[in-house]
Amino acid sequence: MTASRRDFIKTSGFLVVGISVAGDLSFAQGLGAGPYPDVDFRQLDSWIVIRPDNTATFFVGKTDLGQGTGTAFRQIMADELDMPYDKTACVMGNTDVTVDQGGSGGSDALQTDGYPMRRVAAEARRVLLEMASARLGVPVAQLAVSDSVVSVAADPSKRVTYGELIGGKRFNTALTGNNINATTGVAKLKDVQQFKIVGTSPQRYDIPAKVDGSLKWAVDAKVPGMVHARNVKPPFAGATLVSIDESSVKGVPGLIKVVSKGNYIAVVCEREEQAIQAARQLKVNWQKPAAAPFPTSEDLFTFMRGAALTSSVPPVVVGNVETSIKGAAKVLEADYEIPFQGHTSIGPAHAMADPSNDQLTIYSNDMKSYGLRDGVAEFLKIPRDRVRVVWMEGPQAYGRTAADDAGFEAAFLAKEIGRPVRIQWMRNEETAWDTKGPAFAVKVRGGLDAQGNLVAFDYDARAADFNHLGYNEHDTVLISQLMGNRRAMPARGSAAMPDEKYGIPSRRMASSVVSLPLIWETPLRTGNLRDPNGPQATFASESFIDELAAAANADPLEFRLKLLNASEEDSGFKRARSIAVLTAAAAAFKWDPRPSPKRVSSGEILTGRGVAYTFRSQTVVAQMAEVEVNRRTGRVWVKRIVVAHDCGLVINPETLRRVVEAGTLYGLSRALHEEVRFDTEKVTSVDWASSPTLTHTDTPESLEVIIVNGDPNPKRPDLPHYGAGETMIKPMMALIGNAIFDATGVRLRRVPFRNARVLAALKSANV
Amino acid sequence: MANINLRVNGKAHTVDVDPATPLLYVLRNDLDLHGPRFGCGLGQCGACTVIIKGEAVRSCIRPISTVQGAEITTLEGLSQNGKLHPLQQAWIDEQVPACGFCQNGQIMTAKALLDKTPAPTDAQIRQGMASTLCRCMTYYRIQAAIKRASKTVSTASHESGSEVIA
Repeated sequence: MTASRRDFIKTSGFLVVGISVAGDLSFAQGLGAGPYPDVDFRQLDSWIVIRPDNTATFFVGKTDLGQGTGTAFRQIMADELDMPYDKTACVMGNTDVTVDQGGSGGSDALQTDGYPMRRVAAEARRVLLEMASARLGVPVAQLAVSDSVVSVAADPSKRVTYGELIGGKRFNTALTGNNINATTGVAKLKDVQQFKIVGTSPQRYDIPAKVDGSLKWAVDAKVPGMVHARNVKPPFAGATLVSIDESSVKGVPGLIKVVSKGNYIAVVCEREEQAIQAARQLKVNWQKPAAAPFPTSEDLFTFMRGAALTSSVPPVVVGNVETSIKGAAKVLEADYEIPFQGHTSIGPAHAMADPSNDQLTIYSNDMKSYGLRDGVAEFLKIPRDRVRVVWMEGPQAYGRTAADDAGFEAAFLAKEIGRPVRIQWMRNEETAWDTKGPAFAVKVRGGLDAQGNLVAFDYDARAADFNHLGYNEHDTVLISQLMGNRRAMPARGSAAMPDEKYGIPSRRMASSVVSLPLIWETPLRTGNLRDPNGPQATFASESFIDELAAAANADPLEFRLKLLNASEEDSGFKRARSIAVLTAAAAAFKWDPRPSPKRVSSGEILTGRGVAYTFRSQTVVAQMAEVEVNRRTGRVWVKRIVVAHDCGLVINPETLRRVVEAGTLYGLSRALHEEVRFDTEKVTSVDWASSPTLTHTDTPESLEVIIVNGDPNPKRPDLPHYGAGETMIKPMMALIGNAIFDATGVRLRRVPFRNARVLAALKSANV
Repeated sequence: MANINLRVNGKAHTVDVDPATPLLYVLRNDLDLHGPRFGCGLGQCGACTVIIKGEAVRSCIRPISTVQGAEITTLEGLSQNGKLHPLQQAWIDEQVPACGFCQNGQIMTAKALLDKTPAPTDAQIRQGMASTLCRCMTYYRIQAAIKRASKTVSTASHESGSEVIA
């Protein structure tokens, strides 16, 4: 155990960690001066500490993005361990005290990382039972355990608590496993039927401190001697710094330094408002690039369709799509367009770095805190065990902090200045320069036979995703790019194919990537935006399935169910589970079977309903919506949404419900509002007026989540817990487009469905 | 720089700052009141909201010189005698927050709304909250929590016989 970890465990009293350890800065200050070696995941003590008062703290290498994963970790571990939930606490994502599970991403917290957590908790229970056996003098088989008390089954007066057995001591139990995901002891996991805490809904432990103002977030990190920094970003994409006129900020009070390297500029001041003033006042001479860095957002799709491919993946082929289309009675073809969409976090990038003791401690909301540690060490060429990241809560943007620009900048500036530095981006920087979800142009073709059966489906997506940013890479975060670092082989990027289980005799699914002219130092740098590529691919495929259903004069739900019934079974029972979620959604929605569109009425408000479905990894979702389209203004209001959701074993139903609700509305925001706008020099959507988002007024009147378990054997003892953080976002663009079509008879093939776009489409169709 | 006198959550403070400094930075950096947060610095999102004279005010664009002497309430000042404000309790009961970063603005804006309109209609809630943004999209639960709290608030004001100014 490292010095800091020991101190941490000693100083983190149960009450403190019970509320929020991540928000308690006191532990992070004045701790051992390092070094900070990796925590050994093959030691049980690295994961679980039990105290004499019969309380436990779990140390896990994940971060909670506000989806209640910390609460869920406590539930699964407490359940395996047979401890009461409320006697446990959870510490997450601090690189020097928690094992490296990579932080968060990919909705894998429970699906993947939950298993080593369960196994180590089960192992702790096994070890405790052996200790109790020795203490009580009876074999393990004759012991009973409940609420962290072990007793002799035949004589419950003979008992001993976990705290009495191990409190204040180490387990010293070695674990095995080639990697952290494989970490295990020798104990077996419980059958899911034995769980008592899993499946119940304890309230999220992080919420009280978030509503009474007591939580300390990464934005609140403050240590003695700390100073404030702000960036001066290039006013044009691809601009080159020619000169800085430092005399322009001479009069700014509190100015400490103007720092620049390559095209990176920051000002550092004693006070925050001074740094903001200095950044605004600093005169910089920039040179525009010789060629335009990108087309305008209006010309983007024309550009993409005409661009040379930078990469393609071999298409997925079933049957012969060309032959089937030639033989089809009816052929449809359409182009779908999805613009760049930003992460646009409610709180701009921020971090604080403290260079005291010749170490570097970074206080950060980076969802992948371990990667930030590694990336910063490489970027600044300092040993990895001299860097630690203290993970604290932050504004979520679901993927933005995986390329944590501010963390790198704070670390760089702290090293330059030799004092703790806090940096925060301004709104216009964040909205213009955050990482973007790639734009997609998708061409789809389909063929129906004379009976209206779908016989051919041809999907061809291209994404503007070249040089896609990875996780906290020392040579791709923005500061590194601005300083002139370039990797020889930019990441290829990717497009995506639809995820459904339709049985179609002939299909071809192709995907490729194109590049914009400027690939470095560009505000159109792509990164993983919540459910990377899923909404784009699903918009095209699930809208087009609807087009085909309409062409076949079939009810869109029945059309889908027929395709699913024509499909073959697969692992994870996804076909059966797909049918189950669609059926459950239809029952709750009271779906009225008929072909779309509805006959357009004469009033100002046109109403319609739609359906869309998909899966992500093993989680399956079907959504239905009722929309109102205002014929005069073009405004779309989604009045009612039903979501049927199957993520296998549910750990905390009430939290899941809220995650699905909020994720669904996030998908709605991307369907209705979100789009990155740019001219040929810069991003022009830079604040909440020019980059609108969903608001309270858009909120549906009714939003119903149906938790489905469509497993053919829902009672199986090993029913898995799948990820639930992203699937519900995927169908939303298609869902709303389908409902608008039903209401108006007009098919919108480009998102977002902003008023002006909808109104123009209605007018040109004479609706 | 100049000495500015402030009253925040019932306590008097004097700070020595540039009078043009937005209130937000003084609350956060000088008074260590971290409920209000920087979201946009433009008065567009509401994350920095505080209450001054019954109004929800965006502290990121309010110069400190203009709030001298006024009673300022931040999220930290909502609870009374260790008891959470009905809105805060409703936020817990409804399990509203996701990341929670914007919730200061949601709660403070809702507080100003309920103080003026103790039993708002759905439309009044949507309108009153329209420009307070949440990027986790917890709107559905926020609205439910406001309705829940409004029942408590209306009942309390009815019982105490206090007048409600609409």
